[in-house]
Amino acid sequence: MSAIRPPSIREDFAEILKLVRPNARVLDVGCGEGELLELLTREKAVDGQGLEISPQGVAACLARGLAVVQGDGDRDLDHFPTRAFDYAILSKTLQQMREPRHVLSELLRIAEQAVVSVPNFGHWKVRWALMSRGRMPETGALPEPWYSTPNIHLCTLRDFTALCDALDLRIDACASLAEGKPARPIDPRQPIENWRAETALFLLSRRSEPAVANATAPQNLFGDVELPKAEAPVKKARSRKA
Amino acid sequence: MTAQTPITAGIETGGGTWRFPATQPLRLDSGAKLAPLEIGYKTYGRLNAAKSNAVLVCHALTGDQHLASTHPVTGKPGWWDRFVGPGLLLDPERYFIICTNVVGGCMGSTGPASMDPATNAPYGLKFPVITIGDMVRAQAMLIEAMGIDTLFAAVGGSMGGMQVLQWAADYPDKLFSAVCIAAAARHSAQNIAFHEVGRQAIMADPNWHQGAYLAAGVRPEKGLAVARMAAHITYLSEQALQRKFGRELQRDGLSWGFDADFQVESYLRHQGTSFVDRFDANSYLYITRALDYFDLGAQYGGVLAEAFVKARAVKFCVLSFSSDWLYPTPESRDIVRALNGAGCRASFAEIQTDKGHDAFFLDEPLLDQTLRGFLAAQAQARGLA
Repeated sequence: MSAIRPPSIREDFAEILKLVRPNARVLDVGCGEGELLELLTREKAVDGQGLEISPQGVAACLARGLAVVQGDGDRDLDHFPTRAFDYAILSKTLQQMREPRHVLSELLRIAEQAVVSVPNFGHWKVRWALMSRGRMPETGALPEPWYSTPNIHLCTLRDFTALCDALDLRIDACASLAEGKPARPIDPRQPIENWRAETALFLLSRRSEPAVANATAPQNLFGDVELPKAEAPVKKARSRKA
Repeated sequence: MTAQTPITAGIETGGGTWRFPATQPLRLDSGAKLAPLEIGYKTYGRLNAAKSNAVLVCHALTGDQHLASTHPVTGKPGWWDRFVGPGLLLDPERYFIICTNVVGGCMGSTGPASMDPATNAPYGLKFPVITIGDMVRAQAMLIEAMGIDTLFAAVGGSMGGMQVLQWAADYPDKLFSAVCIAAAARHSAQNIAFHEVGRQAIMADPNWHQGAYLAAGVRPEKGLAVARMAAHITYLSEQALQRKFGRELQRDGLSWGFDADFQVESYLRHQGTSFVDRFDANSYLYITRALDYFDLGAQYGGVLAEAFVKARAVKFCVLSFSSDWLYPTPESRDIVRALNGAGCRASFAEIQTDKGHDAFFLDEPLLDQTLRGFLAAQAQARGLA
C-alpha cells in the first residue's frame, strides 16, 4: 500500500499502517478526528473502535462512519474487556496521561499488541537546550512552553524501555520518527538511539500473562463474556449488508 | 391530511390502526395474552423494493405515533418534526419511517381505555401489566405484518431508547443499526420514586374510581395533572428552569395566597392541564410501571453485556445529555461498557447542553451533527446513500 500512499499521510500513520495486520480488531486511544482509523479501515479493512475525549473529534469520527466512544484514556480503558482487540494504538499521548504505567498495562490487557509512540526526552536537541540555555526545551516534537504543555510525564528512550522491562513487555518492533523524514527501524536499547531518535514508535506485547495488578476485575464488570476470538463469526455477521 | 401537515406536505404518509385477529394475541412478559391487539401507527415515506429503508422511531413515556404530523387532539406539530421531514435527519424521501403508539398507550393502541372483550367495558385495571419487552414485541409483530424483515434503524430517546435496547436484545437479526438517546438500561430508585409520586397523585384523585372512571363518566384530571407536573420537573435541568423563570412573578407583587404567583408555577400548571386533554390516566399508570420494571441486565442474569452478545453486527450509537439528571450520562456509559463488553462496536457521545433531559426534543446543534454523521455512515453501509 505504501507505493500509492499519498504524501499527506503522517509518518507515524504510515509506520502504523505497516505494522497492523489486515482485518485486525483495532482500538485507537485518543483517535482525534479518526484519520488513522479511517486509513486503517480503508487500507487494512480493520474492525476499528476509537476512544476520544473531545466532542468535536467524536462528531467527526461519527461522520466518517467510525465507531467512537467519547471518553478518557486515563479513566475509560478499564471498561474494555480483556483481549477484545488485536491492537491498541496510543499515538503520541502516553506522556499526557496521568498514569502512563497503568495505561500501558491496560493497553496490553485489552489488546494482544500495543502500538505506542512517545517523544524522546533524551534526544540531543532536548539535552542541548537544557545544557546550553538551562531552559525547558522547546523542540519540534515538544513545541509547547513548560507552562502550557500537555506533556506531564516525559521520558527518555531508556526510561521507556526500563518501564517495558518492569511491566514484562516485549518490544516487537521499534522505529525512530522525525517530521518530514522516513521512519527508521532502530534498536531502542542502543545508547546512541537515545540521542538520535526524536520520537519512537513501539510495537509491544506481553512476555507473560498479565500480573495480579491487571486481574483486578474490570472484566468482571461484564461477567465472563465470550468474546469474538476468531475473525470468522464477526465477519459472517458483518456481511449482512443490504 | 397533507393540508394539516405542512412539514410533510407532498410526502407519502400512512397510518391508522393495525388490527391483529384474536388468533394472533400479544404474548406478554407477565404470561398473560392480549387479544385482540390493535396498534396505532404512522408512516412517512415509502418502503423501497428491497425493504431495506425502514426506520422505527420509538416514542417516550407520553409521546405517541404522531412524530412529524399535526397531532389530532392538540393540533400541535409532531413531537420530533425537527428531525423528520424533507432534508432533515430522517428524510421520508430516503427512509420509510414508522412510529407506533406503544401497547398500553391511549392513541390507538390497545391500552387500559380499550374495550375488554371479556366484559365489553373498558379494561381499566383489568388491563394486564405490560413491559418494555411487550411494547417491542408488539412493534415487531407490526413490522413483520408490514413485510419488513430488517429495520435499517431503531431510534428512540428516553423510554424510546429503552425500547431500542430491548430491540437489540430481542431481535438482533432484525436490526441494522440502533440509536439510543438519553436513556438507561434500567430504572433507578430515583426514577421509580418519581413515578410513584405520579401514580399516587392519580390514584388519590376521587375521580379515579379504582381505575373505572370511564364507566363513571369522569376523569381523574387533577391527579394526572399533578403527576405530569412532578414528572415535568425531571425533564428540565435546574439551570434551564432558572434561566426560563428564575423567581419571576406572574403579576406585580405577591398574592399572599396560593395562586400561581411565580411564573414557574403557572408554567407547571399549564403543563399539567394541557396534558390531561391528550392522555389517559390509566395509561400513565401502566406505562410508568413498564418503565419501572425495566432492567435489561436482569433479563440476562444480571449481566447487561449478555443482552447484546447476539447483536455484534448491529451498529450502536448511544447519546446522553450532560445536564440530564433523569437518565444521567453514567447510565449511558453503563450501556456502552456493556456493548463493548459484548464485543459490539458502539459509538457514544455526551452532548454538552444545559437543557436537561428534554434536550432530546430541542434545538441542539451537536445532537443534530452527531446523529447525521452516524446515520449517513450507516445509510452508506446499507446502500441507502
